[in-house]
Amino acid sequence: MGLLDKEFNDGNIVITKTEDLLNWARLSSLWQLTFGLACCAIEMMAASASHYDLDRFGIMPRPSPRQADVIIVSGTVTLKMASRVKRLYEQMPDPKYVVSMGSCSNSGGPYWNYGYHVLKGVDRVIPVDVFVPGCPPRPEALIEGLLKLQEKIRHEKLTKQTA
Amino acid sequence: MKTSEEIYNILKEKFGEEVILNLNTTEPIDAIIEVNPSKINEVSKFLRDSEELKFDTLMLLSGVDDANGTKVKDENEIETIQGGTLSVYYHCHSMEIGHKVALRVATPRENPQVQTVERIWRTADWHEREAFDMFGIKFLNHHDLRRILMPDDWGERYPLRKDYVDPEYYNGIKIPY
Repeated sequence: MGLLDKEFNDGNIVITKTEDLLNWARLSSLWQLTFGLACCAIEMMAASASHYDLDRFGIMPRPSPRQADVIIVSGTVTLKMASRVKRLYEQMPDPKYVVSMGSCSNSGGPYWNYGYHVLKGVDRVIPVDVFVPGCPPRPEALIEGLLKLQEKIRHEKLTKQTA
Repeated sequence: MKTSEEIYNILKEKFGEEVILNLNTTEPIDAIIEVNPSKINEVSKFLRDSEELKFDTLMLLSGVDDANGTKVKDENEIETIQGGTLSVYYHCHSMEIGHKVALRVATPRENPQVQTVERIWRTADWHEREAFDMFGIKFLNHHDLRRILMPDDWGERYPLRKDYVDPEYYNGIKIPY
């Protein structure tokens, strides 16, 4: 991963690139916005709880968009909720990331055709980094999605935001 | 305990044929008493207060699109229903006596108006708002008839009507898949 290549042999000095350091810092403390919309939120809570323990990846819930790094859109986004989701996203400070969790949030899910009130994919209102499929996805799937997001952040460039 | 037939006869004796229209026994579970929509409040009050009926609970109030009008296609092949009725069903229960009854009012689709029962069973307040939200049924004398689920700026569109068509956009967000 680049950061600890030189280890600590030289009197507690670590030599690394700024880019790697920043990326490492960002991906190691992804604070997720405490925000759930439907049944997917139950799985998200299970992922945060002791059995799956998202905290071991530095991912922990933060109940304020102003101090959150990632928003996990967990559940059915209704048209009424879409503007609120967008506002929450806009309130988050950069750099910010979006994980779309579950079929509803990805594409409308079971409401894709006859759901008169459902937004057919949260990417119609905010930019999504990782889509996690499932209905709902198991906590393992969500963790996989978050690890993918970490992978994405690890290869970010200072000059060009890719995630 | 009274059967639907007995309740129907009590109501008919009290209100007459103008108000209590008929008894539909063809449905599988409950016999349904059809009531005049402009008198449903008086009938409900009697159902609640009468010593022999004591319907103290409204279990459910729901709107239904009967879709019994004529289907008309416009030049864009979009089908609308003209004429016919929208209905409101009332399912009442008496905690004390333990009997049930189902009522139905039918109101014309073009100008659906039903008297409110929210002052008789307070439960009906939000149920009527939902029926208004989904079917556009106006409950006369309701104290606060606003949409309850759809956004306030949704407009004059009622999504559970059988001829409802999704609009293309809502506040700049594309709706169809």
